[in-house]
Amino acid sequence: MNIVVCVKYVPDATADRRFEDDNTVDRAGVDGLLSELDEYAVEQALQIKEKLGDAGGDVEITVLSVGPDEATDAIRKALQMGADKGVHVVDDAVAGSDAPATSLVLAEAVKKIGAWDLVVCGMASTDGSMGVVPAMLSERLGVPGVTLGSEIDLDGDTVKIRRDGDTATQTVEGTLPLVLSVTDQSGEARYPSFKGIMAAKKKPMETWSLADLGVDADLVGLSAAWTVVEGTEARPPRTQGEVVTDEDGSGATALVEFLASKKFI
Amino acid sequence: MSEVLVLVDAVDGKVTKPTLELLTIARRLGEPSAVVIGSVDAGPLKEYGAAKVYTVDDADIKDYLVAPKAEVLAQLVEKTSPAAVLLPSGGEGKEIAARLAVKTGSGLITDAVDVTAADDGTATTTQSVFAGNFTVQAKVTKGTPIITVKPNSATPEKADGAGTEEEFAATVSDAAKTARITASEPRKASGRPDLSEAAIVVAGGRGTGGDFAQVEAFADSLGAAVGASRAAVDSGWIAHAFQIGQTGKTVSPQLYVANGISGAIQHRAGMQTSKTIVAVNKDEEAPIFELVDFGVVGDLKTVLPTATDEITKRKG
Ligand SMILES: Cc1cc2nc3c(=O)[nH]c(=O)nc-3n(C[C@H](O)[C@H](O)[C@H](O)COP(=O)(O)OP(=O)(O)OC[C@H]3O[C@@H](n4cnc5c(N)ncnc54)[C@H](O)[C@@H]3O)c2cc1C
Ligand SMILES: Nc1ncnc2c1ncn2[C@@H]1O[C@H](COP(=O)(O)O)[C@@H](O)[C@H]1O
Repeated sequence: MNIVVCVKYVPDATADRRFEDDNTVDRAGVDGLLSELDEYAVEQALQIKEKLGDAGGDVEITVLSVGPDEATDAIRKALQMGADKGVHVVDDAVAGSDAPATSLVLAEAVKKIGAWDLVVCGMASTDGSMGVVPAMLSERLGVPGVTLGSEIDLDGDTVKIRRDGDTATQTVEGTLPLVLSVTDQSGEARYPSFKGIMAAKKKPMETWSLADLGVDADLVGLSAAWTVVEGTEARPPRTQGEVVTDEDGSGATALVEFLASKKFI
Repeated sequence: MSEVLVLVDAVDGKVTKPTLELLTIARRLGEPSAVVIGSVDAGPLKEYGAAKVYTVDDADIKDYLVAPKAEVLAQLVEKTSPAAVLLPSGGEGKEIAARLAVKTGSGLITDAVDVTAADDGTATTTQSVFAGNFTVQAKVTKGTPIITVKPNSATPEKADGAGTEEEFAATVSDAAKTARITASEPRKASGRPDLSEAAIVVAGGRGTGGDFAQVEAFADSLGAAVGASRAAVDSGWIAHAFQIGQTGKTVSPQLYVANGISGAIQHRAGMQTSKTIVAVNKDEEAPIFELVDFGVVGDLKTVLPTATDEITKRKG
């Protein structure tokens, strides 16, 4: 069985994220990493591999990322966690791509990887956080999209997930090949072990350009985007108000006074 | 005037408030046409300005995930050449929008918190990004603007719509009927206000130590909704539906009270646009205090019950 995990290299959420002059996300000036929400996708792929492996099955996990040179860091981390090989699509023309273009490149890369059974994505990237690429990939690849799984179960060629909606908890099923996306409720992602870190150094990583995928450069990138950002503005930082220290109930009294003064009581 | 398609969201046949917000926004861009997949009480659609109501029989597709709905909308886009398609932001709305964008070769904007018409009538959106630290103005430049809008992005305003009902016979391919919903278990209502619509939200984190009773009692004294940090959800103390933050709900109430929550960036992402922020935390260094209009450094286990009693007394 062949699993492709899509991982994105994103600016660190705990760093000072910002925009470039052309309103694209500053991906050079801010430290980047493997999107934390994609670690859950890697984890679920590894769990499937382990489960099938115990039963004598053979599973290969390919990590796929479309992104700048530094995106190899994200792929490397997934290899350290235990994935088998990496594919990095990097091309200057890709910079500034919107979700439809990104999904186009990812879909072509998945096809080029070849005989695949399962594509696993995170629920959303932590920078753009649109949560649309998995559905777009399913649309483009013409296979079922079983998305936002908080519990994943693979039984033969049926993938069954639990999906926690606002008004109901659903069970959703699809048959391989399919695109799966998993939430951060699906189970803690493992840390790379020392052994994993050493082993990752020898794992294969391929680098593909748009030409390798046969994707026309005019279809991707900032100038081909189907949306345009016209302006970005930093929200003024909040200013800290009064902070009191509770002593023998004084905190509760002050809190109630504050709420009353603001007419919440 | 062009039509603006609004995908109707309903629970138990009742149109939700975010749908009425979408109809209100749609009127800024053209003439709202509500799209009902399944059956709902269409009264409110007309009352909130729908000129047309397209109804699509869902007998054949309701057991499937979003793909059939995207096909229905794509056929309606083809038929009506609308000025825009508006959908509720949420797992389902965003995925339908994603598929529709690919099918129709259209630009997609998700999680808008405001939509206005530019001088030339085209839709301009406002989004809140990077954990609420930036606002972004954007526009669709290709195809039909497909926009998902967050709850509470507009105040629903009534307007008489003709509400002309028209049955739309969509053809759904077998390929769209592949991800199947095999079971659905409705969640029990808490009896408290809905988290994304509440004027006051009282949230608890790891600092509650697992006992949400004090947080709930305090919330009830204020008539508030209850929310939680991911740490509280991960610990199994409260359901994921109550999580606030990057991977939970975004709330923007008049008042947000964080109890035993440190204020991590991912939590802030879901609450930092609240009008007034209050925190109770025993660590004076907790980053949540950087955001507060009022803070109490203290143990929530003593502060909350005392405050609850005091509020109940005052309300008498
Ligand atoms: C990709 C990703 C997505 C995430 N998404 C979300 C999300 O959507 N929502 C979210 O909330 N988090 C999210 N997180 C997790 C986030 O980073 C924090 O770990 C989480 O918010 C911490 O929850 P907390 O504040 O309750 O716990 P802690 O950070 O442990 O803070 C507990 C606080 O309680 C205080 N406290 C302890 N005892 C008491 C007491 N008796 N009285 C008063 N105060 C007390 C402590 O001083 C401390 O400040 C996400 C993380 C990642 C990586
Ligand atoms: N550039 C990319 N490279 C690889 N995977 C991606 C990329 N962008 C998005 N994805 C995948 O799609 C998911 C959702 O992304 P998004 O729709 O951008 O929020 C992510 O969690 C990834 O699994």
